Amino acid sequence: MADKSQVCSVWVGSETGILKGVSLSKKQAFNFCEMSCLSRDQEVCILGWGDQHETEVLVGSVNGTVKTFSTEKGIFTETRQCGESTQGRFTGLAVTDSALITCVETGLLRVWKEGSTDTVEINAGTNVCRMRQNPSQRNQVATGGKENGLKVWDLERPETPIFTSKNVRNDWLDLRVPEWVRDMAFIPDSDKIVTCTGHHQVRVYDPASPQRRPVLEAHFGEYPLTALSLPANQDSVVVGNTHGELAILDLRKGLVRGCLKGLAGGVRGLQCHPSLPLVASCGLDRFLRVHSLEDRSLQHKVYLKSRLNCVLLSSKDLELSSSAITGDVEEVKEEGGEVDEVWDTMEMIKDQAKKRATEEEEAVVTGVEKTTKKRKVVK
Amino acid sequence: MDVVEEHDIQDKPTKKKTKKQKKQPKPPHENGNDNMIEKTEPEHVDAPAEWSFPPTFSVSEIKNKQRRHLMFMKLKQEKRKQKVAMKKKKKKERDALGDKAPPKEVPKTIENQRVYDETTVNPEDEEVAFDEGTDEFSAYFNRLTNPKVLITTSDRPRGRTVRFCNQLATVIPDAHVYYRRGLALKKVIPQCIARGFTYLMVINEDRKVPNGMVLCHLPDGPTAHFKVSSVRLRKEMKRRGKDPTEHSPEVILNNFTTRLGHSMGRLFAALFPHDPQFVGRQVATFHNQRDFIFFRFHRYIFKNEKRVGIQELGPRFTLKLRSLQKGTFDSKFGEYEWVLKRHENDVCRRRFNL
Repeated sequence: MADKSQVCSVWVGSETGILKGVSLSKKQAFNFCEMSCLSRDQEVCILGWGDQHETEVLVGSVNGTVKTFSTEKGIFTETRQCGESTQGRFTGLAVTDSALITCVETGLLRVWKEGSTDTVEINAGTNVCRMRQNPSQRNQVATGGKENGLKVWDLERPETPIFTSKNVRNDWLDLRVPEWVRDMAFIPDSDKIVTCTGHHQVRVYDPASPQRRPVLEAHFGEYPLTALSLPANQDSVVVGNTHGELAILDLRKGLVRGCLKGLAGGVRGLQCHPSLPLVASCGLDRFLRVHSLEDRSLQHKVYLKSRLNCVLLSSKDLELSSSAITGDVEEVKEEGGEVDEVWDTMEMIKDQAKKRATEEEEAVVTGVEKTTKKRKVVK
Repeated sequence: MDVVEEHDIQDKPTKKKTKKQKKQPKPPHENGNDNMIEKTEPEHVDAPAEWSFPPTFSVSEIKNKQRRHLMFMKLKQEKRKQKVAMKKKKKKERDALGDKAPPKEVPKTIENQRVYDETTVNPEDEEVAFDEGTDEFSAYFNRLTNPKVLITTSDRPRGRTVRFCNQLATVIPDAHVYYRRGLALKKVIPQCIARGFTYLMVINEDRKVPNGMVLCHLPDGPTAHFKVSSVRLRKEMKRRGKDPTEHSPEVILNNFTTRLGHSMGRLFAALFPHDPQFVGRQVATFHNQRDFIFFRFHRYIFKNEKRVGIQELGPRFTLKLRSLQKGTFDSKFGEYEWVLKRHENDVCRRRFNL
C-alpha cells in the first residue's frame, strides 16, 4: 500500500467515498479505502493538502468527517469530526500552521486548532459554494456562493470581511443581475481574485483598488461554470462548465484563448500543475483527464469507475517515472541527446514526444494519445 | 495510330479502345470532324488497356470533367473485373480443396470492428456494483417503489403525437396521459412527486411528428433526453396482433454494455413493474445497436419447446440518447453526466458510447 501511494501523483475523490490515487507515469490507478464499509454518506466533497510538503491528503466527506491520509504510509491516519451532515457539505478545506479551516454550505466557517476543542467561527452568509485560501498569505480566505458575493476574510479578525464585493450595475433593462459565485482563486503576486459564476461569467476583483465592483468581466458559454484554476505562468485562467467544456481564458482582455476537448460530463474538479503546463480535470463522466495547456491536447485519460468530485495534483513532475523504471528513463535521455544539436530550441517538445512514445509501449494506449504523437512527428 | 490515340483520349461518348500503344497520353487537340467518324467504328476490344502513366498520376488530376469521368469509369470497371476474377479464382480453389477448405471468413461489420470501450462493465466489479446498488434507481431495484409514469407532450400536440402517447400508455402499465397546458416542467415535477409518480415522460413534437423524449426519474433521479425517430403507430404495422392487454410485459434489454449503457438499461427497466405476468405473453424489447435504441413490443406463443411465434403489437420507435443530466429536469443549471457532442463522437465510426 505504501509503495502504491508514494508513486501516485494525482489524487481524486469520488462520490462513492473512495480516495483514488493515480500514477500517470505508471498509468495505474489505485483505490485507497476499505471495500466493506463503503457508503454514500462518505462521499468525498473536498480534498486538500495537509502540509506544505504534500505528504498528507485531507479528505472531507458528506457526513462531516475529515480524514487524513498519509501518502508515505498509504493508510488513513486520523479522522476528525468537523460538523454534522445537517450543516451541509464541505465547500472548502485549508490548513494554516497547525489549524484546520473548514467551511460548509450553510456558511459556517470554522478554524479548528490542534489540541483545543474551541473553534473560531465566522458566518459567511448562506449558500456558500466555495472557500479558498490565499496561497501567499495563509490567514486569508475567500468565500462566495449563490446570491452571496465574494468576501475575503482575515482569520485574525473574524468579525468583518476585509473585502466585500459589490454586484455589477443593473443591466440594460434595469434589472438586478443575479450573482452566483461557484469558484474562485487568488492570483499570485497580486491582490486580485478571479471568480467564476453560475451565470457563465468570469470576474476579476481587485481589493487594492477603490472599486468593489469587478475590474474585469468575461463570458464563456451558456452553462454554469463550475470550476476554475490558474495555470503556472501566464495571466490566464482555465474554467470548466456543466456541459464538459473546458476553456482557457485570457485575463488581460477577457477573451477565450482556446478550448480543451474530450470531456463528456460536467466538470467537478479542475487543477493546474504548479510548474508544468498541465491541467487535470475530473467530472461526472467518471474520467480523469490531463491536458497540456500549450497545444491543448489530451495527454492522459484514466477511467475511474465512480463519478468524481475533486482532484488534487502534487507538485512533483508527473511525467517522471519512479526509480523502478530507470531503464526507460535512460533510453529517453539518449535519444534526446542525439537530437540535441539539431533541434536546440525544440528540445523540450521533442523530449516529451519521445517520453510519450516510450510510455505508449508500456501500457494501454488511448487513441487520442496516438494522434498527438503523430502530430509531433510531423512538426 | 497517333491520331487514333489522341481521339481516344479526347472523345467522351465514344469509348474507343483500339490499339493502345504504351505511351504517355499526349496533350489533346480538337479535331471535330474526325470525332464524328470515330463514332461509327466498332466498340472496344476486350483486352484491358495498359498504358503507363507516371506513378504519381491519379484520375483526379485531369481537369476536364467529362474526360475525368470517363477515366474514372474505366478505372472502376477495371477494379470490378479484377474483383470478379479474384472471387472466381477463390471459388475454384475452394471447390478444388473440397473438405479441406479453410472455414469461411467472417465479414467485417462495424459492430465487429467496434473499438473496445474501457468503460465496459465487468460483472464482478465491486465498485461498479456498489455504485449501482446505491444510485437513484436503488429504490426501484430494492422493491421499495412501484413505477407510475406520467406521459405528456410539448404544448398543443397534434394527432400523431397524441395517438403515440395513448399507445405508449397501453404498453407501459400504470401510465397516465395528461394534456400539457403550457405548464413549465419545473413546476410540474414537484406536483408529480407529491402524487407519487416515479417517471415523467415528455414527448416533444415538431411539425406534427414526435421527435424527442425527455425521461425524468422522479424523486431526484437522472433526466435523459432522447431523439425519437421512426415512429410507427399501430395502424401502420403490418401483420400485427390485437391490442395489448393490461398484463405487465417482460422486458428485454440488449447490448447495454458500457457504464453509460448500464445506466440507460436501468432507466428503461425501472419503467415497468418488477414482476412480469407471463400469462400475458407480452414482451417489450429495448435493443441497443450502434448507440440507437430500438423499441419493439411483441406477443409470443410457444408452438412447441423449440419454436416460438411472435406477433408485433404496439408502437415501434427508435431512440438516440442526446444527454443524461444528473438530477431532475433543469436544462440550464443542471449538471450533465453525459452529453452527445456530435463533432467529437463522429470522428471514429467504430466507437460507441452505450
